[in-house]
Amino acid sequence: MSRRDQNRDEQAPADPKVIAIPDFALVVLIGSTGSGKSTFASKHFLPTEVISSDWARALVSDDETDQSVTTDAFELVREIASRRLKHRKLTVIDATNVRAADRKGWIELARQWHALPVAIVVDPGIDVCIERNRERPDRPFGAQVVQRMVSEVRRGLGGLQREGFRQVWRLQSPETIDAATVTRQPLWTDKRDDHGPFDIIGDIHGCAGELQALLAKLGYQVEWSEDRGDRTVRVTPPEGRKVVFVGDLVDRGPNSPDALRIAMSMTAAGTAYAVQGNHERKLGRWLEGRKVTIAHGLQQTIDQLETADRGLREPLPAFLDDLRSHVWLDGGRLAVAHAGLKAEMIGRGSGAVREFALYGETTGEIDEFGLPVRADWAASYRGDTTVVYGHTPVVNAQWVNNTICIDTGCVFGGKLTALRWPEKELVEVPAEQTWFEPMRPLAGAGDASSAQADADALLDIEDVTGRRWIDTTLRGRIVVAEENASAALEVMSRFALAPQWLAYLPPTMSPVETSAQEGWLERPEEAFAYFRKQGVAEVVCEEKHMGSRAVIALCRTAEVARSRFGVTGEETGAIWTRTGRAFFSDPAMTEGLLARLCATVDTVGLWDELSTDWLLLDAEIMPWSVKAGSLIESQYAPVAASSCAGFAAANDALARTMARGVALDGLLDRFAARADRATLYAKAWAPYVWTVAGMEDLKVAPFHLLASEGRVWFDQDHLWHMGLVDRLADAAESVVTRTRWRTLALADEVACADATTWWETLTAAGGEGMVVKPRGFITRGPKGLIQPALKVRGREYLRIIYGPEYDAPDNLVRLRERGLSGKRNLALREFAIGHEALSRFVSREPLRRVHECVFAVLALESEPIDPRL
Amino acid sequence: MFLSIATTHQPASDLGFLLHKHPERMHEVELTFGKAIIVYLEAGEARCEAALLLDVDPVGLVRGKGQADGLLDQYVNDRPYAASSFLSVALNRAFRTAMTGVCNTRPELAETAIPLTAVVTPMPIRGGEALLRSLFEPLGWEVGVKQVDGAEPCSTSRHYARVTLGGVARLSALLNHLYVLIPVMDDAKHYFVGEDEIDKLMRRGEGWLDQHPAKETIVRRYLRHRGALARTALARLAPETEVEALEPAARPSPPEETLEAPIRLNDARMDAVVEALRATGAKAIADLGCGEGKLLARLLRERWAERLIGLDPAARELEWAAKRLKLHMAGGPPEGRVTLLHGSLTYRDARWADVDAAALVEVIEHLDPDRLPMVEQVVFAAARPKAVVVTTPNAEYNALFPNLAAGAFRHPDHRFEWTRAEFEGWATRIAEVHGYGVTFSGIGAEDAALGAPTQMAVFAR
Repeated sequence: MSRRDQNRDEQAPADPKVIAIPDFALVVLIGSTGSGKSTFASKHFLPTEVISSDWARALVSDDETDQSVTTDAFELVREIASRRLKHRKLTVIDATNVRAADRKGWIELARQWHALPVAIVVDPGIDVCIERNRERPDRPFGAQVVQRMVSEVRRGLGGLQREGFRQVWRLQSPETIDAATVTRQPLWTDKRDDHGPFDIIGDIHGCAGELQALLAKLGYQVEWSEDRGDRTVRVTPPEGRKVVFVGDLVDRGPNSPDALRIAMSMTAAGTAYAVQGNHERKLGRWLEGRKVTIAHGLQQTIDQLETADRGLREPLPAFLDDLRSHVWLDGGRLAVAHAGLKAEMIGRGSGAVREFALYGETTGEIDEFGLPVRADWAASYRGDTTVVYGHTPVVNAQWVNNTICIDTGCVFGGKLTALRWPEKELVEVPAEQTWFEPMRPLAGAGDASSAQADADALLDIEDVTGRRWIDTTLRGRIVVAEENASAALEVMSRFALAPQWLAYLPPTMSPVETSAQEGWLERPEEAFAYFRKQGVAEVVCEEKHMGSRAVIALCRTAEVARSRFGVTGEETGAIWTRTGRAFFSDPAMTEGLLARLCATVDTVGLWDELSTDWLLLDAEIMPWSVKAGSLIESQYAPVAASSCAGFAAANDALARTMARGVALDGLLDRFAARADRATLYAKAWAPYVWTVAGMEDLKVAPFHLLASEGRVWFDQDHLWHMGLVDRLADAAESVVTRTRWRTLALADEVACADATTWWETLTAAGGEGMVVKPRGFITRGPKGLIQPALKVRGREYLRIIYGPEYDAPDNLVRLRERGLSGKRNLALREFAIGHEALSRFVSREPLRRVHECVFAVLALESEPIDPRL
Repeated sequence: MFLSIATTHQPASDLGFLLHKHPERMHEVELTFGKAIIVYLEAGEARCEAALLLDVDPVGLVRGKGQADGLLDQYVNDRPYAASSFLSVALNRAFRTAMTGVCNTRPELAETAIPLTAVVTPMPIRGGEALLRSLFEPLGWEVGVKQVDGAEPCSTSRHYARVTLGGVARLSALLNHLYVLIPVMDDAKHYFVGEDEIDKLMRRGEGWLDQHPAKETIVRRYLRHRGALARTALARLAPETEVEALEPAARPSPPEETLEAPIRLNDARMDAVVEALRATGAKAIADLGCGEGKLLARLLRERWAERLIGLDPAARELEWAAKRLKLHMAGGPPEGRVTLLHGSLTYRDARWADVDAAALVEVIEHLDPDRLPMVEQVVFAAARPKAVVVTTPNAEYNALFPNLAAGAFRHPDHRFEWTRAEFEGWATRIAEVHGYGVTFSGIGAEDAALGAPTQMAVFAR
């Protein structure tokens, strides 16, 4: 179907057999009471597509005919229609709509949502209407009412186009009403079922030479020939590929006719789509003989066309007229429009859509070169559809929020650019010369920072607050409740590092199932059992260092930090905590530690090996007291001091009482045991506390590499990661603390017993415990993703967490009743979102897309989960 | 926690009669949070000493209480071990009759002042040894304080002490003193403090509290800083006195206010900001970083301020602000005049972008410097109100605060404090880049060399 059938104002012949309407439209039925609109609607449309004013009357008043609620009923119809149009659903208004004033609101509504307004007039004749009303006792309308309505409908017929209806269909007898069928056509712009692949070519402006060079580079064959004095061209694409021209084929350049010949021949052959550029619009109007200002290179085209053959000039007006405002491709994933398009306009039709697609959005201001100042719609673009556009010449094509401008100013001496889709690869040819002097310098010239970084300077509150859904590769859609997002806002905006750094927050980690053994809360056996049950053959046991979790972004230079992370300072990286706060309050400390780590990575040669100049590491930094010093001082130490002091006094009193011969029923033993536990508690954190005078006293224990340029390293198993960590420790043990680890087959019971003994030895010597991971970083069990790691904490370490007397038999009995499912579910969700954040960061998605994941992890952390787990 | 009471009044073993507990047996009293055990270390004719050991169940204390505010919220804490209101409850349960001064077997002894020694350990010393002495010494007790051992990394604890009280008094007086003053030293209560707490205080404080020089501290701490309750209690103790010290102590004032209080800087700042906003002709105003709504409350009184928006990232601050402004309450502003938004200056936000003027009063210094470019974008590039008023401390003036160490900030949350040159440099650049004009002024008493304590920039376009 050509645009002519659909988008142009038209008056279809009366009594059509087939009513062909766009599949996205606001259909307004027009007809007197008793004309059979509702019957017609129910025959041709889904019940949910039809919004009837009678039905709305009933909804608000229980009476379909209650005229006193008309205002409210229509507001309801309007509201429902509005919601449907927002979701791009065809909607039918079933009301009499006999007066222009009744219809005005629908036209406005259609415009608001960029839906085509379609009128269907149902007019079976006055007598039929009167007769039908008589048969319906609930319609006490007299013949006069019907007469008035019908005559109003007929009087308004001629003006329906003028009112704004893009299609008007008239059915003027009971027979034709009965015979008519309704078909639905995709919009002229809707080519979603064409999956390409495509080569989208930027603004050509008559640079036919460069266009041919670009086509050749893309693998197209261009053959020119003469046919009875007409210059013709045949372009053969590589297998299955199609070109999409973003518009502005003509003006300014040396050879607009050849550019047109290529585009026209290709679109005729079905191997290209062309969207309308503002220069095509103007050329078309000039050809129609309308009065246009000849400027911006139109004169060149006019001159060049003067000598052109008729083979070009004759079909040209039709070609220009048929150009699409935009084209929506590849299942809805791609849209091409000359000057770009807002998300809510894609795949829709209205004057506003066409204007926006042609000219973009301007602020209304005029710059120093006398040109309109363009509003940066791309900076706030949030759509899922990729928008490729031109119109505004830039030095280099750059992605901004899933949009890219590929007008690289060929005619101004820049280059001609094509975007290969779905490869998202840029193919360019330089301009042969400067064909036309630009009125203002090309955008982005001399500006080192990326267009995305500029757009990213602003995050929107809507990107993070309210109920949110994060689509993850690992675990599908994850919901973040509004109250959790709200809880994270203050932390994120006031205490966390700048969002540019925060490409990742680590997930929480679940402990093992509670041990069945007397006297223990956690033991390795349960970890092995869990992974065995999930079908895991091999696990890795890693020593768990007792420090504080840290994510380390390490860049080779400050320049790398600026260009890759979009920060502006002189820092060469960042180190942050689980909640995104700076790990060290002193930036010099951070920089010092980064420098030492950087030197270690240099020594190992990782930069070249991984072809990257930045790394994201997940690590533990010791001692614990660096971050937890005040916690120890204000919370743990007082517990130790008060319990020891109280028990000492109590034991002394009991001993003296017993010495007097008073029976105490074993009370003395019980209090002695309590005193012992208090003493153990007071010593529990000693191994994790030491004074830090300078960087040399800090120990860093990385346990895996999160990401580097172009790669999230979750696809490598933990043997690979620990091998890498070992190499770092080998190179500089003064900086990177060695992490003891081992791997074992779960089927090997001897190995499991060995690992258990190993854990007992580690923890008896003051170690925190160990982490057991399946060998594969991302592992799925019978029911999907399984815990990526389980911690098995040592007995004395747990004393810090659960309190001095947790392992007294009658306390342990109660503490064992801990539920892990909430924690485990949380761990999985955070793991999936963290992975998503890294994937998005690595594929250079906009900051907000990374930030929403990081924000979500922080938000999820506010869920009420027992913090001792 | 441990409490012992000894006497040398002969025959000393009569202490058993006074306490209604036989010296030759161990006594157990069941309590909701554990058990009290009473034993006698000594029960001779010359000296008798009874001890109350409080056996609080640490696991039971925590279970099912995860969501409560306060110390119990932390799973590992000193509540099972330190002397606290738990001990007062135990005293009341174990020695209820003794506390009332009734003793049927030794009535005259109960009425007699006898030599007594009490030991409490570990006694929390929140407020220091001086407070401890000021509580007990006026009551005639000789106070001994001995440090208790600390845990890593400190050798002694600064939080607790072993406290000895010696003196001559009726036993019931000692018990009542301990009952009231242990929770006062601890400055916490394990239960909700309601109206009936006043009656308890009146009953236990009868005959000594109204004359106590530290009466106000005792009442305020005993009633857990609940201003209204404390005022009622003091009024009942001494109806003739006007209590100024307790005027709406709803929440502790921020440190900077204490520091700046002598010059009433906050009031001057509000006046200056309101005047600057009025002068811009703005009708709709956003207070960005409104906190508890002080500026909004001031603006509410101005007829020209037709629509007010308060934005803050801290939901709790907004709750305070809603209360202060009586939002959605009878007598509050009309619906729609004031809107409070939970949001942040580091995110573009269409909800307030249409205002005529924005105020950032003492806000920017609470943000890390690397976030300022974002704030600049949000306020001056995205929202672009016609006028923006920004105030921030003048770091040069800090030299004039006697209590402020050199180089220190006025508030622990300040991320930076700027000199006038720094602030003016920042503001001037912003004005140029975003097409605003900017004027500067000082707020508060101006020092010839160092300027005013607060500096203000008014941007207009």
